[in-house]
Amino acid sequence: MATMSVVEALNGAIAEEMRRDASVFCIGEDISDLNGGYGGAFAVTRGLAEEFGAERIVNTPISEILIGGVCVGAAMTGMRPIGDLQYGDFLFCMMDQLVNQAAKMCYMSNGTVKVPMVMRCPCGATTRGAQHAQSLEGFFTRVPGLKVICPATAYDAKGLLKQAIRDDNPVIVFEHKRLYGGKRVELGALSTMSDVPDEEYTIEFGKAVVRREGKDITVVGNLLMQYRAQEAAARLEKEGISLEVIDPRTLLPFDYETVIKSVEKTGRLMIVHEDNYTGGWGAQLSAYIAEHAIYHLDAPIRRVATYDVPIPFAPIMEDHVVPSVDRIVEEARELMLA
Amino acid sequence: MKKDVRSKKLLGMYERMVLIRKYEERIYYLFLEGAMPGSIHQSHGQEASAVGILYDLRDDDYMGSTHRPAGHDLAKGVSLKSMMCEMFAKANGCCGAKGGAMHTGDITKGVIPANAIVAGNMPIMVGIALGAKMRGTDQVAVSYFGDGATNEGAFHEALNGAAIWKAGVIFVCENNLYGASTPIRTTCLLANPAADRGPAYGIPSEVVDGNDVIAVNEAMDRAVSRARAGEGPTILELKTYRIPGHSRSDACAYRTREEEAEWAAKDPIKRLAAVLVDEKVATAVELEAIDERIEQEVEDSVEFAKNSPDPKPEDAFRHVYWEERNN
Repeated sequence: MATMSVVEALNGAIAEEMRRDASVFCIGEDISDLNGGYGGAFAVTRGLAEEFGAERIVNTPISEILIGGVCVGAAMTGMRPIGDLQYGDFLFCMMDQLVNQAAKMCYMSNGTVKVPMVMRCPCGATTRGAQHAQSLEGFFTRVPGLKVICPATAYDAKGLLKQAIRDDNPVIVFEHKRLYGGKRVELGALSTMSDVPDEEYTIEFGKAVVRREGKDITVVGNLLMQYRAQEAAARLEKEGISLEVIDPRTLLPFDYETVIKSVEKTGRLMIVHEDNYTGGWGAQLSAYIAEHAIYHLDAPIRRVATYDVPIPFAPIMEDHVVPSVDRIVEEARELMLA
Repeated sequence: MKKDVRSKKLLGMYERMVLIRKYEERIYYLFLEGAMPGSIHQSHGQEASAVGILYDLRDDDYMGSTHRPAGHDLAKGVSLKSMMCEMFAKANGCCGAKGGAMHTGDITKGVIPANAIVAGNMPIMVGIALGAKMRGTDQVAVSYFGDGATNEGAFHEALNGAAIWKAGVIFVCENNLYGASTPIRTTCLLANPAADRGPAYGIPSEVVDGNDVIAVNEAMDRAVSRARAGEGPTILELKTYRIPGHSRSDACAYRTREEEAEWAAKDPIKRLAAVLVDEKVATAVELEAIDERIEQEVEDSVEFAKNSPDPKPEDAFRHVYWEERNN
């Protein structure tokens, strides 16, 4: 057992998979740290170029369409590329390659072509303004053919990324900038140092985990909001309100069953995400629960999400639009009265 | 090239070109009859571009096509019957009727699903060539695109990427003068919108008479040699012309009948036929016999397709994700 940050876990997952499979390679902007390079915008690929060489840790021009397209092409013909985006916001620059190409090749070829690629995307508001801040999960969970994962702990980061690299389909990985940990200090970062087994493991997609058991409200939250939900739960416990906190871990596929099972017990559902309120992944979850489990609910579903505005720069405004622990606590109190 | 080898090759190319012509002409009438769903973007008139480029490639070389893929697919060896079945939306079509006219392909022949996003295949083919390089093979990747694609961002990112990595991509621009109804001369100031941009990226480029299959094949031979030797990409800009409109409902009001007649005189099949007769490889009567035989093959494929099974509605749920096969 080793204690490590999310960054170290991601780095370890990539290194292990590159050692066991020669078809795995990384590609992105500034991902090599040879010759004074960054080793990735958030240092996830640091040290890998030294071990695997520039041929497998491929630095690219600032060309996101190219990065996306190269991943699709290489994946279709026997390779397992891991694309690296400096910021998830740049997903829109490669949208065609992900949505029209990667997600549709297996289908259009009647299952004769596979696209085993990974696209890693740092997300979350971190006082960088509107174009380096978004949580875009909801854009991708509605694309059949893609898979979408969002590891929040070091253990999950390693196991889910290894699974993503071995998956035969395109997988979008959302990594929260405030959860990376490691040596690169990010404003407002949480410590994600946690235990990771020494022996090899992977984590199956579509398996949520109950991070904290409770009886009054089921709270489903991902990435940074998972931690805030747990903090809110600790505070509310003192008031006698008991939250059951679930981390979905993967959004496509989504483990509805675990949520329904919890709602059967609590009768109340709150969804917390940094994705936008309108069309965020919680919109689908609440619709699904309304369709399939409404008779287990004692109160309307509550969504605590980033308000429908671009992410503002000022920390005062940013902290206001992204769900805070205070807001989760307040909304949970209201939900108990509903 | 020895005379008998050359004769055999020219005849082989002639047959492929006639196959494309007969296929496209038959499809045109089948659409007029309302026998097929969807739309069509046809390639007759551009047969030299398909056959001259792809004739010598191996099955393990890759090709990415466009929304106008039939000629490329047939030239690379996708089976006529599986193409025709796809057009009729039959279960045994080359995409199991999930693709349609704009996405035909067959990975066993190195043909990835054709790409109906303009310039969409270009960065993908760079990735395919880069993967081959990593594996240490000499496979090449052909990326077809039209003149209109040269104004897409993907075109520029792909060219630059292929250049810096010396990826073995042959970028083939089929310049047929129009992006749908818009003349390329009004959307790009360069005389050769693909080839003239090659030097900007450090990529050797050639402008070729795209209706001369021999010239196309020779230019391709130079490009493939470079690619297999690890010397990087080449741009070939082929000047050509589509006989039909952009798509099934296009009456070509943006072209003059004089221009169409001018290009009809440069018909690539007639030109190759003239060479074959001139070099005494075949007589006009023998070529006619070939034409008739191929026309019958196309007709047989239509009958085969008409009698093939429809897909089941629930087949729509399969292959959204990769399924391991036991076969």
